[in-house]
Amino acid sequence: MYTYDTYDQKMVDERVDQYRDQTERFLAGKIPADEFQQLRLRNGLYVQRLAPMLRIAVPYGMLTSTQLRKVAHITRHFDKGYAHFTTRQNIQLNWPLLEEVPDILAELATVQMHAIQTSGSCVRNVTTDQYAGSAQDEIEDSRPWAELLRQWSTFHPEFNWLPRKFKIAVTGAREDRAAIQVHDIGIRIIDQGGEIGFQILVGGGLGRTPVIGSVIKEFLPKKHLLSYVEAVLRVYNRYGRRDNKYKARIKILVRAMTPEVFAEKTEIEWASLKDGPSTLTDDDIASAKACFSQPNHETLSDEEPSDSLIAGNKAYQAWLTHNVQPHRVPGYAIVNFAIKSTGVAPGDVTDVQLERIADFAEKYSFSELRVTHEQNITLADVRQKDLFQLWQGLVTAQLASPNLGLLTDMICCPGGDFCSLANAKSIPVAEAIQRRFDDLDYLHDLGEFHINISGCMNACGHHHVGNIGILGVDKKGAEFYQVSVGGSADSSTAIAQILGPSFARQDVPDVIETIVNLFVDERSEEEAFLDTFRRIGIQKFKDAVYPSNG
Amino acid sequence: MARIIKNDEIIESNLTVASGDDIDIAQDNQLLPLTVYLANREALAGSNNYGVWLDSDEEVELLEGKIDCNVIGLNFPAFNDGRAYSSADILRRKLSYKGEIRAIGDVRRDQLEQMIRCGFDAFELAPGQDLEESLASLQGFSENYQVTTDKPEPLFKRR
Ligand code: SF4
Repeated sequence: MYTYDTYDQKMVDERVDQYRDQTERFLAGKIPADEFQQLRLRNGLYVQRLAPMLRIAVPYGMLTSTQLRKVAHITRHFDKGYAHFTTRQNIQLNWPLLEEVPDILAELATVQMHAIQTSGSCVRNVTTDQYAGSAQDEIEDSRPWAELLRQWSTFHPEFNWLPRKFKIAVTGAREDRAAIQVHDIGIRIIDQGGEIGFQILVGGGLGRTPVIGSVIKEFLPKKHLLSYVEAVLRVYNRYGRRDNKYKARIKILVRAMTPEVFAEKTEIEWASLKDGPSTLTDDDIASAKACFSQPNHETLSDEEPSDSLIAGNKAYQAWLTHNVQPHRVPGYAIVNFAIKSTGVAPGDVTDVQLERIADFAEKYSFSELRVTHEQNITLADVRQKDLFQLWQGLVTAQLASPNLGLLTDMICCPGGDFCSLANAKSIPVAEAIQRRFDDLDYLHDLGEFHINISGCMNACGHHHVGNIGILGVDKKGAEFYQVSVGGSADSSTAIAQILGPSFARQDVPDVIETIVNLFVDERSEEEAFLDTFRRIGIQKFKDAVYPSNG
Repeated sequence: MARIIKNDEIIESNLTVASGDDIDIAQDNQLLPLTVYLANREALAGSNNYGVWLDSDEEVELLEGKIDCNVIGLNFPAFNDGRAYSSADILRRKLSYKGEIRAIGDVRRDQLEQMIRCGFDAFELAPGQDLEESLASLQGFSENYQVTTDKPEPLFKRR
């Protein structure tokens, strides 16, 4: 886990002071509202439909127990006793007071946390694989690279006023759990004949025009990472559209220029930056890696869960199957738990639950945890022999629901309940679907299944890459939902296809059920939904959902 | 005359920003638009105290090898148009320009420290900005991670 030195700490402290001064000047009428909006956004503060919303950064998704306890404390004292985990590996507070935000930031700074660049047209939180450092299929740990990029992007003076927001994701594993193909820059660590380097993608993204990123550099030697990324950003900052915010993301520029021309432009800018002072020496890389040294794993061997524990304990068995992943180190496991249960907005966690999660991490996983872009929590270093005990604790804390990766483990944006940009509510839709599919055995039979819900085109719920995507739309002032099928966010990223005309909210659970029923009829043996979809095509789904048309 | 911030203090500058169609290049003390400047370099050789300014969509590379003056203005048509930051950094680090880079247009107090880090060293602030109070925002963070005009090495090499 990366720990601040005096430099990092000082910058975060100074940002708190700077922001406090900006807030005071705004309240004194010395900064116009349109300008203060931009200043506060660069510190994570939105003004939402009901109240301001503060987005707290969790760099590459990693947190310590101490940090999580501080967040719990903040939700109690400054908010309504709960926090929301987002799809960007961030944490949001939904009810802070604008006047109190500087105090919240000061509290966060005491545990090496902040809200810097969590919104606004600048480089956002760098995200990565939630299993980084522990995954079995890893070429190299992505976190040191994500940290180097975090430092490079934090207060970068040239790129604080980009045409639009900018998101970077890094993966070091064979399976892409960081969705790098739908980021402004996607970075894949690759091994080319023994030399580690990066494949660079640009121009991926969700939002109203979903696009898969294009490869503009097949192999970038690792020492050039920062200068090359700087060149990409410079091309975007100079040539990205600023006349229309819907056309301002880098994906539009890459498409307009073509990826080939964009790559050439980048090479031209890069020529003056390459081999400059940002070049990473072996020593620089070694120091970055040293910040992510492995926890002190004991020497253990892999163990089979004992039959006596499993026998007759179907719930534990199901949890092992769905929530526990293999670990690089013998005798250890990766444990995931969904913070989604029926009746609670996906990603919402109470202060007490936050403290319980901090306790679990402290007791079972070296006091570290990760938040995932599926809005779940990962404990990345759990001894296999502790699994049963951990599971029992999670059951008591109501965090053991074995629905990870199943249909009810939905991704859902805050939607119309909280977000001022929403066309429609999304949380009640998620809840209605969860209520419809409440039979866990049936859910397990269905297998891996991703439903993603966004309340508007901005796609914070990543509806384009859901196996089923649900998008809130406005139809003459009423809330409707457009349903699409066949998306995927894994290594074979695919954009979901729209089924047809949108539906009223009360009809959505029926539509989902119709889709699921067709899948059950058509699937061969244990086939996953996506495979069935790819085999039979969208028409059958259209016919099932709109029978009168067929 | 314009009141500007330069070298941490407020001074009077007799350079004014010339724009529009009827620019008299024989007049002294003007910042000329890029196209006018490029078209009249020879005629300007005898003039006193002039400079050139670029809008945010004009490429500073057009000035490469053609800088005969000591002041280059970079315009901010809106405070959230960030292109001039790249222009300034390219002028300094790629074209090795050592003269004054003046921020003009919608220049606001809370962005001064970012401008300084990209190589700006003079500021004609937007109407309504309080110059005296703005002096307090010249001092940015005590440390920075990146390589910029004012920091030739990244922090990771200085730790
Ligand atoms: S998708 Fe739209 S409604 Fe949902 S959080 Fe994002 S902006 Fe708000």
